Amino acid sequence: MDKQKQQQAYENYVKKKTPVHNLPVNMAKAFVAGGIICTVGQFILNCCEKLGFDKDISGGWTSMLLIVCSVLLTGFNIYPRIAKWGGAGTLVPITGFANSVAAPAIEYKKEGQVMGIGCKIFTIAGPVILYGIFTSWVLGFGYWVLKISGIMA
Amino acid sequence: MTKGLQSIGFEKSPYLVSSASVAGKKEGEGPLGKMFDMVEEEDLFGENTWEEAESTMQKEACLLAMGKAHVQAGDVRYLFGGDLLRQGVATSMGVEELGIPMFGLFGACSTSGEALALASMSVAAGYGEYMLAVTSSHFGSAEKEFRFPLGYANQRPLSAQWTVTGSGAFLVGTRRSHVRITGVTIGKIVDYGLKDSQNMGACMAPAACDTIIRNLNDFERTADDYDRIVTGDLGYVGQSILFDLMRGKGYDIKKNHMDCGMTIFDQRLQDTHAGGSGCGCAATTLSAYILPKLIRGEWMRVLFVPTGALMSTVSYNEGSSVPGIAHGIVLEHC
Amino acid sequence: MDYINAFWIGGLICALVQILLDRTKLMPGRVMVLLVCSGAVLGALHIYQPFQDFAGAGASVPLTGFGNLLWKGVKEAVDKEGFIGIFMGGFKASAVGISAALIFSYLASLVFEPKMKR
Repeated sequence: MDKQKQQQAYENYVKKKTPVHNLPVNMAKAFVAGGIICTVGQFILNCCEKLGFDKDISGGWTSMLLIVCSVLLTGFNIYPRIAKWGGAGTLVPITGFANSVAAPAIEYKKEGQVMGIGCKIFTIAGPVILYGIFTSWVLGFGYWVLKISGIMA
Repeated sequence: MTKGLQSIGFEKSPYLVSSASVAGKKEGEGPLGKMFDMVEEEDLFGENTWEEAESTMQKEACLLAMGKAHVQAGDVRYLFGGDLLRQGVATSMGVEELGIPMFGLFGACSTSGEALALASMSVAAGYGEYMLAVTSSHFGSAEKEFRFPLGYANQRPLSAQWTVTGSGAFLVGTRRSHVRITGVTIGKIVDYGLKDSQNMGACMAPAACDTIIRNLNDFERTADDYDRIVTGDLGYVGQSILFDLMRGKGYDIKKNHMDCGMTIFDQRLQDTHAGGSGCGCAATTLSAYILPKLIRGEWMRVLFVPTGALMSTVSYNEGSSVPGIAHGIVLEHC
Repeated sequence: MDYINAFWIGGLICALVQILLDRTKLMPGRVMVLLVCSGAVLGALHIYQPFQDFAGAGASVPLTGFGNLLWKGVKEAVDKEGFIGIFMGGFKASAVGISAALIFSYLASLVFEPKMKR
């Protein structure tokens, strides 16, 4: 018990001693970076709708093109530099997801196609897919139960 | 002979015959840039992977250190070496060509201290005329193993440190030189329960405090008996915590403390947050910056205390804390 | 007008997540999981879609939008195919995003080399 108290005390002390980023400044930068990426996405959406694509297809094109941009920027080592400035503004949009797949692919190719890229491409993004699919499954299951039990039409 | 609880005071102190430092681009652009024996602009060092680059750095550092002393690999009895990577591959692959019987070590960033201690003890015990101590770290290989692939776009906290791309090799022996290793204090693992792998300085400071105080007690010295007390890579955050911990135990080392992680990079210009880290940080700084001052006699007695954070990605993920360790090497001008 | 909405709403979501990054010990991977799952849950609660109809890309581009997309896919599949739809809908809806990320990342690995951070 005594040891735990000591450790907790040290943790609290370290928290006080450790400098942190200026939050309002970082929030503002994230706001701008994220806002710009979403605006680019809106531009693509609008172009697709003008071309007569339906909503889902437009959404697909937007995701795909944003992902291409992110992968290219990752390859040219530009996306990490934007992230240093923009923080969450580059993590939150789907471009962050794409970067988290492209970066391991590029880095681990030295370990081979199968054992390197193949095994490790989802090192960072794997949880997103696993828990995304699982959560939607749980919600879907709940929805199905509500439907068949007549609670929902 | 043994001194106190954890130290050895050598009756016949071994000499630090020669040393060499090899560093990467960012380190070359730092405050110590011109002092390194070799700075490579290309961080792959002409190899195919970061790991091979790190191995090459170790090999070059060893060859340079031996070359300066006009010693052949065949003259070196044993080599003590280690690095941060899994199974110490950078060292194994790096020193293989030298053909020297070797001890592979792991002390995280305290490896330079561990290697120097063992090399000195072996010379002092009469097991050989020359011993090599070498260690290295590489930003690319370390980030890949412990944090994220290089292309990953993340924001580092202000407590994070920058792994130094560098290798330091030290030839310890019976041949006279201007620096002697007169004593060592082998550190214990010290764990204050911190689980933050992005704040290494805070994790290691308790171990540094423990070893420094142990050294002072074992050798019956005060902090002022050393021109400098040098820690490996506590960084700005860790240094501040070390001062507080030491003061709490009745010691003030503010006047003569130095940290390699704070010295090797210019914090503002190079945006390295809390400072440099990695085995190569302490090793290259010792070779390039500290030893020349000892050789000139500008400093007469220095306590070199590299610190290590003993964690793995597995232990961290499984919720273990990050304990620290620090080894003290007493270096004296002669 | 829709550009302005996309900008400030997308930006706002990012600014709020910045708080998590700076003031908690959450690593980026966990934050991404949180966003996707939140999006799915908000979608199921009929909150995210109306939000997305108003905000456009400001809601669809962030990972929360990806979560909403997963939910919509599962819902449509359940409506169409019943029980088995729960297993069909998620990947079906996210096919473009996941495939594009995989394919282009792999192609990138053929062309690009890892570079040191500065």
